[in-house]
Amino acid sequence: MSDLFDTIVFLVQQMWFFSIPLLIVALGGMFSERSGVVNIALEGIMVVGAFCSILFINLMQDSMSGQGLLLLAMLVAMGSGVLFSLLHAYASINLRSNQTISGTALNMFAPAFAIYTARVIQTNSVQQVEFTNTFRIPSVPLLGDIPILGPLFFQRTYITTFIGIAILIIATFVLYKTRFGLRLRACGEHPQAADSMGVNVFKIRYAGVLLSGALAGLGGLVFVVPTSTNFNATVAGYGFLALAVLIFGQWKPLRILVAALFFGLMKTVASAYSGISFLQGLPIPSDIYKMIPYLATLIVLAFTSKRSQAPRASGVPYDRGGR
Amino acid sequence: MSKGTGFFKALGRVSLGVLPSLIAIAIGLAFGFVILLISDSSRAVDGLKMIASGGFTGGMKGTGNVLYFATPLIMTGLSVGFAFKTGLFNIGASGQLLMGAFAGIYVAHNATWIPQPMLWVVCLLTAMCAGALWGMIPGLFKGLLNVHEVIACIMCNYIGLYGVNYMIRNSNIYDRLKNQTVNIPHAAIPRWGLDEIFHNEMASGFKDASSVNGGILIAILLAVVMYFVLNRTTFGYELKACGHNRDASRYAGINEKRSIIFSMMIAGALAGAAGGLIFLAPSNGPSIRVEEILAPQGFSGISVALLGLSNPIGIIFSGLFVAYISQGGFFLQRLNYMPEIIDIIIAAIIYFSAFALLVQNLIATAGRKRSARREREDDADDAAVPEEEAST
Repeated sequence: MSDLFDTIVFLVQQMWFFSIPLLIVALGGMFSERSGVVNIALEGIMVVGAFCSILFINLMQDSMSGQGLLLLAMLVAMGSGVLFSLLHAYASINLRSNQTISGTALNMFAPAFAIYTARVIQTNSVQQVEFTNTFRIPSVPLLGDIPILGPLFFQRTYITTFIGIAILIIATFVLYKTRFGLRLRACGEHPQAADSMGVNVFKIRYAGVLLSGALAGLGGLVFVVPTSTNFNATVAGYGFLALAVLIFGQWKPLRILVAALFFGLMKTVASAYSGISFLQGLPIPSDIYKMIPYLATLIVLAFTSKRSQAPRASGVPYDRGGR
Repeated sequence: MSKGTGFFKALGRVSLGVLPSLIAIAIGLAFGFVILLISDSSRAVDGLKMIASGGFTGGMKGTGNVLYFATPLIMTGLSVGFAFKTGLFNIGASGQLLMGAFAGIYVAHNATWIPQPMLWVVCLLTAMCAGALWGMIPGLFKGLLNVHEVIACIMCNYIGLYGVNYMIRNSNIYDRLKNQTVNIPHAAIPRWGLDEIFHNEMASGFKDASSVNGGILIAILLAVVMYFVLNRTTFGYELKACGHNRDASRYAGINEKRSIIFSMMIAGALAGAAGGLIFLAPSNGPSIRVEEILAPQGFSGISVALLGLSNPIGIIFSGLFVAYISQGGFFLQRLNYMPEIIDIIIAAIIYFSAFALLVQNLIATAGRKRSARREREDDADDAAVPEEEAST
């Protein structure tokens, strides 16, 4: 019995590392798409956010460490994400260009920029940015001692996990309970109608894209910190997976959470099956395990997408004269 | 209008279509120059020359290598561009490419009873079929189950990646020592004399040949075929109509589900052909490595398609351009610059092509307005009320 419980604890603790970055980035994508701007640049923004913040940690870690450094790095990640997403916002809102074009350009620019900058400023032109992980929390005081829940949620964790959950709660509140959220959703469904009621569609869409930039940049850092000790100009396709989680979650915060947890759990099983005794015995090769998260997502989607509908005006540049 | 101007009109239309891309390229290069200046100002001018002369720096061999590297880019560009034209975003070219490559190599290694001169043709067709099947999956999901094609494509990329790794490991085409697929020199695409043109003559009389092969001609041929299908056939028209407006197409009697599935199949076949053309290249062509990385050509295809404005003929040129400037980045290392600068330049070009398109639209709108005004003025002239001509 305790063996089974240990397995579950292990799975859940690992799951957060996969699910939380997906959740944060997908919520970012949600703000952008609900405002009417498709953001396929999430991957590129993650790379830029992770690069700037990991570089910040790399430069500052001699004088600082622990949660303070991580919190400052998160601000750096969000700030760099916002700046980078401005490019996408300008092209898709002011210039009304095809939103795939600037998104693709940003995705292409980000890793090249990260490698180029790292090699220029680091000695021996190394492209990996190293950092020392001083951020893990062995056990949250008091909460970590709660039986059952303690090990699942409050042991061997990172502060980023709780920030991710906090972002989810705030995002849900903002989207459904504030004036800004209502306006944002209106701009993504029928911007002309919103405009006729005096909503500034340009401003709202800028807010949507910049929020997605902040969250995607943060997601980049949150992805790298628990899973690696250096940043090598890639987030392993997590930006695109977050896009998938966003669609899987049908552009709604709580469904996005479910999708991110589902995908994260599948991903954990796929990467950690050899440590789980009852899975280890099964005659399934590792390649098939690795396939499971993607296959399972596709199958679930097949049953749940019949009435799925993207925000109606998402991807369509705003034209005042349109109907 | 006198006769004989039709040709010039067409030429004018083409140049107006190309102009935004040229402006974007100029701005992108200027942006690259600024980065060269920032990182090492003393060699920046030489660096810019090196980028601009691209593959030509390597002489005829370099030029041939541009054609070699352009081949898969044109194919994945066609795949993504064709899907764009029919209103779909094929972000799954990586998986389709890999499926095609696996199928092609498998047949090449096992179907040795096929006469050798024909073998590469069979392998390439198999690769296209495998790509088409893999592309059909997101098509079916989108057409029948309303699953967004972007998410289905992303999932199929990874399923294809791990599936191909599994199939390679469990088939006789696995080279265990090198952790990659076996060589298949007997199924190589012929060079069709291209190596006779694209090589550097060494002093000793040795021919330093480029890697170019018949694949580039096949890619160009397929591009022309796609242009014809899209612009000159009812089938292509139906696919495009579905892309513009699904509901209107259904109302017009087009089976829109079938169209979506066919579009994704064709896009998949084109990406599968890219896989075939990469791995059936002659003289120890590359092998599929058993890794966990998605084929990067699938994503470059998006850039190529966007630069070529999704027009199959435009994609030939944008594929050649991307390969050309990437070769420039290869030679740029001689000046101690990092080759990543080329990706930055290409990204800048794509970004600014959005601006350039906007300028073009503004010009077109202004032109329409002016000609409309002219017509009004002509009408006014007919009414014998002359207006000031100098004002225009």
